[in-house]
Amino acid sequence: MSQVPDPEIPVISLTDLGIIRDVEWQDDTLVVTVTPTYSGCPATSVINLDIEAALRDQGIEKLRLERRLSPPWTTDWITPEGREKLRAYGIAPPVDGTAADGRLMGRGAPLTGDSNLTIACPRCGSAKTEKISQFGSTPCKASYRCTDCLEPFDYFKCI
Amino acid sequence: MASADPAVDRTAYFDWLCRLGDNCLVLGHRVSEWCGHSPVLEEDIALANTALDLIGQTQFWLGLAGEVEGKGRTADALAYLRDAAQFRNVLLVERPNGDFGMTLMRQFLFDAWHIEMLRALQRSSDPRVAEIAAKAVKEVAYHLERSADLVIRLGDGTDESHARMQKALTSLWPYTGEMFMADAVDQAVVAAGIAPDPASLRAAWGQTGAEGMGAGTLSRPEGHFQHRGGKTGRHTEALGFILADMQFLQRAYPGGTW
Repeated sequence: MSQVPDPEIPVISLTDLGIIRDVEWQDDTLVVTVTPTYSGCPATSVINLDIEAALRDQGIEKLRLERRLSPPWTTDWITPEGREKLRAYGIAPPVDGTAADGRLMGRGAPLTGDSNLTIACPRCGSAKTEKISQFGSTPCKASYRCTDCLEPFDYFKCI
Repeated sequence: MASADPAVDRTAYFDWLCRLGDNCLVLGHRVSEWCGHSPVLEEDIALANTALDLIGQTQFWLGLAGEVEGKGRTADALAYLRDAAQFRNVLLVERPNGDFGMTLMRQFLFDAWHIEMLRALQRSSDPRVAEIAAKAVKEVAYHLERSADLVIRLGDGTDESHARMQKALTSLWPYTGEMFMADAVDQAVVAAGIAPDPASLRAAWGQTGAEGMGAGTLSRPEGHFQHRGGKTGRHTEALGFILADMQFLQRAYPGGTW
């Protein structure tokens, strides 16, 4: 599984992403339990196809994929290696321990999302960055801009 | 995964799940109509992302509805092969997009209800409902953050944007009451501990709404008349146009896939 890249962010693997919840043999069938990132993430079906293809390449004939919703996926499950790979790729990794829990993250201004989170620029490391939009190129990313090096970048938003 | 159905009338439970799923489906479709037409690129992407979340949530709710119904209907079959009278969404979500302000106001009024409903559903007696709610509530927190932010900024913006937001609020207000009205279907799922009493969500919704309106310098419309009917399948003509668009392919080419 650690060889299978995420279809939309190919620098990290499915295990880096933390979506493989369980792998076990049930008699002669290998059961892989996967949790979706966002409910409507279009990569979900591609991920399932990729898992199947990778396991068949390893000579595993009988396999079954199961979906598990609970506990819901959180960006806290992205591994430290995964975070480093994201940063090197130009995507600011999620700030640890700030995953949204449905209570608007206990923000100072819950209705507008103003918070004192510091998102460091993945290019120059500057902390002087600003949010352009909470919704970026995919459901899991927000758009930011560095006010020092002026580079726009994606931030892997916490959920 | 629990498989035992809770002790509740199956037809009522199915209907109630369709209400949740159809709210997400119809609003998701409405929001997706903006794709490629928004005022700026970031808003286009944000609307498309919101629509995507809602359609994803639809698959969970209608998937569970099909399971509860027990007649082998999938989420796709329920979305594409029911006619308007079988849809159970509130009238609010089928209101036409109007201008950008109207779309955002509709989203804000819905999001503020949606998040309270999902929070309560995390304590549902049916673990299948609780786990979908726990997943969806995190996404909806972002929807509300965005719709509230823009309602405030446009309400408290220029004279033109303020006037448009107030007009949107006045126009949509009579469609908000239906979210809090309970009928026999609601009472059945409330009694089984599956869902909260719809009326119990009103206070928190009203508070979020009042904060957003206050910060956006908008005034709550007068008048108490409230439309109803969507939850029991009596829709406005708007839904028919949505379904004609959304269901065309499956009607013209039954079973078509790609």
